[in-house]
Amino acid sequence: MTVLVANPFIGGLHMLDHPFLRYAFLAGTCIALASGLVGYFVVLRSQVFAGDALSHVAFTGSLAALAFGLDLRVGLYGACIGFALLLAFLGRRANADDTVIGSVFAWILGLGALFLSIYTTSRSGSGGFTGNAGVNVLFGSIFGLSSGQAIIDGVIALAVVLVVAIIGRPLLFASLDEAVASARGVPVRWLGYVFFVLVGITAGEATQAVGALLLLGLLAAPAGAAQRLTPQPFAALWLSAAIAVVSVWVGLTLAYAFPRIPPSFGILSVATACYLLSFLVTTGRRRVVDGGRANRRGPGSRRNLASTHGGPS
Amino acid sequence: MTGTVSRLTWDIPGDLHQLFGFHFMVNAFRAGTVVAIVAGAVGWFMVLRRASFVGHTLAVVSFPGAAGAIWLGISVTAGYFAASIAAALVIAMVPPSRTGGSTSGEAAVIGTVQAFALACGVLFVSLYSGILDSVTGLLFGTFLGISDQQVVTLLIVGAAVLVALAAMARPLFFASVDPDVASARRVPVRLLSTLYLVLLGCTAAEVSQITGALLVFALLVMPAAAAQQVTARPGWSFLLTITLALAVTWLALGAAYFFTYPVGFYVTSFGFGAYALAAAGRAIGGWTGSRASADMTPLVAVDG
Repeated sequence: MTVLVANPFIGGLHMLDHPFLRYAFLAGTCIALASGLVGYFVVLRSQVFAGDALSHVAFTGSLAALAFGLDLRVGLYGACIGFALLLAFLGRRANADDTVIGSVFAWILGLGALFLSIYTTSRSGSGGFTGNAGVNVLFGSIFGLSSGQAIIDGVIALAVVLVVAIIGRPLLFASLDEAVASARGVPVRWLGYVFFVLVGITAGEATQAVGALLLLGLLAAPAGAAQRLTPQPFAALWLSAAIAVVSVWVGLTLAYAFPRIPPSFGILSVATACYLLSFLVTTGRRRVVDGGRANRRGPGSRRNLASTHGGPS
Repeated sequence: MTGTVSRLTWDIPGDLHQLFGFHFMVNAFRAGTVVAIVAGAVGWFMVLRRASFVGHTLAVVSFPGAAGAIWLGISVTAGYFAASIAAALVIAMVPPSRTGGSTSGEAAVIGTVQAFALACGVLFVSLYSGILDSVTGLLFGTFLGISDQQVVTLLIVGAAVLVALAAMARPLFFASVDPDVASARRVPVRLLSTLYLVLLGCTAAEVSQITGALLVFALLVMPAAAAQQVTARPGWSFLLTITLALAVTWLALGAAYFFTYPVGFYVTSFGFGAYALAAAGRAIGGWTGSRASADMTPLVAVDG
């Protein structure tokens, strides 16, 4: 237990005195913004599976770079963007067989396990980061960011946000009704490519925040919640970003207050809780609507009769 | 890797003698054989039902189950099974997608559930302050240290799954190939799918103990997918699936013993190799062979 639990006011004030938390909040906020915005389009375009694919690729790419002695980010972004472009190129042809996709994913992860093993055995003895490399890539290491890394992450994430803000309207149009959009002269195909590159970059960013295995949650949960809460696309888009940012803030605070909680678990559990809440809220709303509809029926309607007589006997 | 000198000499009997000289390798092969047969049988239905996403979810859930069991100090095997079966029951309770319902929303749910399950696994590992090696073991598989008791458990659960599967095989096949007609013929489709999910949960938990939670697909999907590429006849492809699963598992365990890399890598690579060979063979066969056979998809052939 830290100061935050013992005395929330003073603890909260001093929380940001720690440089590592400042960097985590800086990078985390930007990454959450990007993930929330891009994630909304991922869910809207039914590309959650692509997010799943990228989480596998992110892991293998990072560890391949480490195994070959390169910087982790080279492999991470290279693999994510390359694979995202491949997905965009395959496009509609690749939307079929989940067994094929599943087999390829499993093999990619198996390769990742190989690279992890190469990396850890070749560097054994040097200690430090090496032993944790696999786990850090899989589950994130946002508390381990240096100031330079945090600034780079933040800048990249803000660039993603900017691009989404620019192409948001045509992208939304193309996502909701592709045929009409292309008939109206929206460059649907190019938007698709740009979108996939954005997803790739975001996946690489999110890998550093919550880890390769959990990035799907950061993409899908806020977007899913926002989509359930409001039917208006633009409101949902920004709501998704807001939920993602709140998840990161609360998650980081939780992880700081309770040191045994890994930050990625904190972030993911808040995002999941938001999604769960959105289900509760919307089903409650629907029940009210249904109840109203039932009451509008006449007293002699079939359902009411059945309910008063205890159903057909 | 094991501290002993293990070198492949290509003197096959000698190598095998060396391989089975260690009790842990014998146990690994026993466990691997049980798991391969069960995974092949259940995975064949899974590919037929196109339920691989659910299978993946159930497997992923086994990771927090195992990590939680270590944290609580109870049997890891029990943790695997409890988590996977509980997840199977939860998924079975979710009503099947309504017509015209938002499939994108459902995918978001599955993605969130998977990510959250993995996050819980991380939390449990952090709570028992686990050794990092054990995390990669849980995720990517390990064949070291499979106890006699674990083999017995795997065998009992595996036998139960196979018996249950054999008992419901015919109606399940019918319900998988054409659920609408099956339910019209009063086959209890919903009940069958719930039972099948529980079996799938048990299987995912079994496979996870060999391949690790993330690589379950290697034994559950790849052999079945490869077999269904080769032949469209249900009986043959079923037998071929189990044969392939066994071959992949045995080869992978042998390779992992003689070469240093992790067993999960070998399982996925051999499985994927089998699948790629089958797909390539089918493509070439369809290219050179008659057009009609190339156009014939497995499901149509099964129907006819």
